[in-house]
Amino acid sequence: MPSMTLLTQALISGLLAGGLYGLMGMGLSLSWGLLRLVNLSHFALAVLGAYITYQLGADFNLAPGISLVFIAPSFFLFGVGLHWVFKKFKVNEFGSLLVTFGVAVLLETLIQWFWTADFRRFESPWGTVSYQVGPIYIPLLETLACLTAMVLSGLTWLWLNQTYIGKALRASAQDPEIAAAFGVNHARQSYVLSGICSAYAGVAGVFIALITTLSPSQIWSWLGVIFAVVIIGRLGNPLGALIAGVAIGACEGLAMAVFNPAWAPMVSFSLLIIVLIWQPKWL
Amino acid sequence: MSQKLISSNRRVVMNTIAGGLLISTGMGSLHAAPSGKPIRIGGTLSLTGPLAQTALLHKIAGETFVDILNSGPGLLGRPVEWVLLDDQSKPEVTRSLYEKLITVDKVDLIVGPYATNSILAAMGVAQRYGKVIIQSSMGIPKLATYDMQFPASPFGPNPGVDYPGVILDCVASLPQPPKSMAVVTSKFPSAQFIAEGMREVGKQRGLSVPLYLEYEFGTRDFASIAARIKDANVDFLWVGALGLEGNQLLEALKKLNYSPKIHYYLYPAPGPLLASPEAKNALAQTFFEDHPPFSTRIGVEKLSPMYRARAVKAGVPYTNLDSQAAGTYNVFYLLTKAVEATKSLDDKVLAAWLKKNTVETLMGPISFNGPFNHGPARMLVKQVQNGKWVVVWPKDVAGGAILTQ
Repeated sequence: MPSMTLLTQALISGLLAGGLYGLMGMGLSLSWGLLRLVNLSHFALAVLGAYITYQLGADFNLAPGISLVFIAPSFFLFGVGLHWVFKKFKVNEFGSLLVTFGVAVLLETLIQWFWTADFRRFESPWGTVSYQVGPIYIPLLETLACLTAMVLSGLTWLWLNQTYIGKALRASAQDPEIAAAFGVNHARQSYVLSGICSAYAGVAGVFIALITTLSPSQIWSWLGVIFAVVIIGRLGNPLGALIAGVAIGACEGLAMAVFNPAWAPMVSFSLLIIVLIWQPKWL
Repeated sequence: MSQKLISSNRRVVMNTIAGGLLISTGMGSLHAAPSGKPIRIGGTLSLTGPLAQTALLHKIAGETFVDILNSGPGLLGRPVEWVLLDDQSKPEVTRSLYEKLITVDKVDLIVGPYATNSILAAMGVAQRYGKVIIQSSMGIPKLATYDMQFPASPFGPNPGVDYPGVILDCVASLPQPPKSMAVVTSKFPSAQFIAEGMREVGKQRGLSVPLYLEYEFGTRDFASIAARIKDANVDFLWVGALGLEGNQLLEALKKLNYSPKIHYYLYPAPGPLLASPEAKNALAQTFFEDHPPFSTRIGVEKLSPMYRARAVKAGVPYTNLDSQAAGTYNVFYLLTKAVEATKSLDDKVLAAWLKKNTVETLMGPISFNGPFNHGPARMLVKQVQNGKWVVVWPKDVAGGAILTQ
């Protein structure tokens, strides 16, 4: 039987890893839930953001926080551009899956061409810093990622529920025609949301660069677990994505502590199947 | 008549002087420079992807071998060209590229890629076309059932049992031998295979093994694995790590403020692990390191400085000739030995010669007369010591004593 210290440490590690899941899943959840676009290129964008963070750090000694000042607006514009393509060619929900898969493959090839398939590591003095609380160690960077996810998901939830644009976006997602009858200009607002989703991928990318070792194929390694996060957390719900991410992360951490680490990938899918069979009201 | 004789004698003297000058300046080698159509040797390496850090060492060693060969008499008097392609560390890409090398590029001979999965992929293609394939890093000999594959590194036919014995002998020789062991391994086949052997042989020798963990090759998050290692707090941590996995695990352990007492990494990228402050006194697998008695072996004197110069130029973190580099050097060495001995490029003729002969190499004598074309095993243990890898076990080839924390 694992000790309490081990279980607590694994739980903390899992919760913090889940914060990054939530951060990754937020943009995809909003895009899928409110724009009805399943954006697979979100993963590629996040990894591209990580590589740019790495490159700016390696070449110009730029701190990740400053890199984010460049990455977030650029990715916002990319998101707006991508949405223009969707609008122009009237891409529907299923079509978006195929188109964005193509964009993801394109971005992966671009990353591989520029940075090669080698592992890259953003070396930072904070990489191995952690804080001790009793017998438990709390890693700094994972904590920052989790806190960022909490702040962003909270702000996004407020934006969607307390502002006109947010309410209009939610109304359009529920019934575009009725929303339009009430004067909601869904087209203009959807550009803003698409840009925000892509910018969130950039934010996640900065933390991916700080926490993990980079390789282009990493794009696909996030796919399964983030899809589970998005579906369990309910489409279009930023708080749900965070809660689901943290829950899955915690379960993975505990599974790795109690069973074998190789079983961890099964956790997210098992939870997803359970939730889909259960079909709770919030889903 | 006498005029003719004088003239002829003068010519002999002049030729002798000219010849002597050429020899003294090193230009008049006894061998003629290679000429004619190059002999093309095809192969792939993981020049990109997760195995690239290690495969780069193989590339440098192979290029150095070809340079040495072409600066001498070449092969059968002809220059040698190495047609090297990037398999991206992916077996499916490896398979396609070997198909291309044989059918499109029409290379004369092939050499194996790096790492078990890619070698198995290439071996299937070699078998289909009846090509000899010599490789240096096939960690699971029993899977190499193709009759014309030859291992250039002395893994022996059963490293899953033999090598754990060597490692455990090594740590048992310490003043305070370990009583407990954790085995943590990548699911990469050649690592997992030895890990299972470590667990079994360890138990047979009376070690308690409270922790045996497997993780997926390419795992992102080592935090929970590190937590379990810390919790187990064993005397000896054995990690079936490839490439940078050892560094990643050590970083995760550092975040938990934990340092293993005695620690071992199976196939690490030698430079990055050596550079990690957390890897102090880490042990790892080897067949060759650039110190006596290995550095006195055949060909090392010439190879070692040339390899180092290239490695420095390529920005390799650890520039000494090491086991990985020696492996690919051996691949080319064995292949060209067979070609020179048989004066043939026919794969069947080369295979027949290799099976009958023992070749003295920088890893010691290599023969192919055992199961899966393996000769006796000679897997060694090396250790990080003062910024260098040093063989510490077995004692008869050790370059230093084992250090402990």
